[in-house]
Amino acid sequence: MTLTDLPTPTFGGGYDGEARPRMGFFTDTSICIGCKACEVACKEWNLVPEDGPLRISGNSYDNTLALGANTWRHVAFIEQAKPVQMPDVDLAAAAAAGAVAGVPPARDGLRWLMSSDVCKHCSSAACLEVCPTGALFRTEFGTVVVQQDICNGCGYCVPACPFGVIERREGDGRVFKCTLCYDRLKDGMEPACAHACPTRSIQFGPLEELRERADDRLQALRELGVDDARLYLRDEADGIGGAGAFFLLLDEPEVYGLPPDPVSTTRDVPQVWRAAAVAAGVVVAAVAAAVAGGRR
Amino acid sequence: MTPDRRNGGRRRRRDLMVPEAEFRSYYGRPILKEPAWTLEVPWYFFVGGMAGASAPLAVASRVTGNHRLARSALTVAGAGVAASVPLLVSDLGRPERFHHMLRVFKPTSPMSMGSWALAAMGPAAVAAAVSDRLGILPGLGRAAEVVSGVIGPSLCTYTAALVANTAVPVWHEARRELPLVFAGSALASAGAASAVLTPAADAGPARRLAVAGALVELAAAGAMERRLGELAEPYHQGPAGRYARLARGCTALGAATVAAAGTRRRWAAVAGSGLLLAGSALERLAVYKAGFQSARDPRYVVKPQRARIEAANH
Repeated sequence: MTLTDLPTPTFGGGYDGEARPRMGFFTDTSICIGCKACEVACKEWNLVPEDGPLRISGNSYDNTLALGANTWRHVAFIEQAKPVQMPDVDLAAAAAAGAVAGVPPARDGLRWLMSSDVCKHCSSAACLEVCPTGALFRTEFGTVVVQQDICNGCGYCVPACPFGVIERREGDGRVFKCTLCYDRLKDGMEPACAHACPTRSIQFGPLEELRERADDRLQALRELGVDDARLYLRDEADGIGGAGAFFLLLDEPEVYGLPPDPVSTTRDVPQVWRAAAVAAGVVVAAVAAAVAGGRR
Repeated sequence: MTPDRRNGGRRRRRDLMVPEAEFRSYYGRPILKEPAWTLEVPWYFFVGGMAGASAPLAVASRVTGNHRLARSALTVAGAGVAASVPLLVSDLGRPERFHHMLRVFKPTSPMSMGSWALAAMGPAAVAAAVSDRLGILPGLGRAAEVVSGVIGPSLCTYTAALVANTAVPVWHEARRELPLVFAGSALASAGAASAVLTPAADAGPARRLAVAGALVELAAAGAMERRLGELAEPYHQGPAGRYARLARGCTALGAATVAAAGTRRRWAAVAGSGLLLAGSALERLAVYKAGFQSARDPRYVVKPQRARIEAANH
């Protein structure tokens, strides 16, 4: 079965014979080990420059801090004074049988959440929709990419992104973000980060297939008693129309630095234009009234 | 308290009667990126708005036979759009690619629509002003004057649509009132500029426009802050707070001066107009700075979104 045979609808149309099923990422953070191989592979493959001198942030093992022009994958580290939710295994019996060394004391838990963040390749991508040059475009894979020969660095996409992903690169003037390895996809390869991930926490594939896989994974975790597992940006009814890159998280999105209910500003653009038109009408009316009042 | 349960990096005040509602964040780090724009942008909002409101003033003055006021307004419109272009181009990361703005026509992008509006109005306003001053090609000059007068009002308010059409809470959640703030600010500055440039006997409409614009600006800014509620905090803190206080002080004092003595005393008209121009520019600076402060604090992103989720669940 080739990619084009899959039933996933293509995005937006307009690619005729070149259209492909919408491709994306499913990042299952429950099996992320925080190795940052994704960060390194991304930088290496995409020739992303370093983002300044190395600094120790003090935020657990996260010294990358955020996505930006020079960081297209970012692994978040969160330390919580909360016991790890283990599958229902009788540790006491296992210890008595000599299968494990001992039973960790209850209530002395520390859990470590790790999550590899990336551009969400939104269905309603505000960056693309506000771009006045057409530099940001939707590829035949349904991903959102900046054409670097078109971008004039106006910077409008930067505050438009509800996730704070895209950024202007210092010394270059243009904006940069994850391309979902557009060049590799063109050659039928998976993105560098997914390829480098040793635990398959980052999964790449046709979006529809990934969604099914994510639903199965969520159900499996729930059955194991991991009741704080949840899917983030999987739902097409959300404020960005669902994402091309979605996540399985173990806590609220804001704990990972993600907005809990992101909305594409384009959803409100009719209201924005209406208000601007009314205000322009006020300008006309005020001028007419002022002039009608006579010369003195 | 777990490490992620920080209060957005803000220091806790022990004397607070009601503790601030907690929100969760990733080490208090911002969720949004601050805009990459520089100070050319709010100055463009100011001069572009002044030019945009001056153009219809010129047309209306011409229609009523007030040619001296028409000339002043046309001069402001032409000079304003002429100053706008270098301000906008120099803010680009790649200024030599400024013409890429006219590759597409995109209603979801106020910057795209504004670029087209400026591209149409700029040459028209400059041509009309030059024709009027030099007395050359009067027919073409009048036609250009009408074109710039028709497009001008949109130039006053699309810039508000531009910032409102972002993810920045203090801008986006003010999307209904922000265009009116910019419209008032543009009217006040346009009226003030023409009042300074025109002999008192012919400047009545300009003075009235300046005062009316100031009132619209002040009322709309108040309505905007009421709508924003807690999200309006940037207008009371830091640089945006300072600019906002100064802006509203200058605008109120300027309007009062022009209204009270502008008709009788030339110095009052000029001083009041100066205050109104300052107030208009400072208001744009306040709005601009508020956006940066709003983007920087994850609280402004998380709390309303969390509240929305809670409301949907009930």
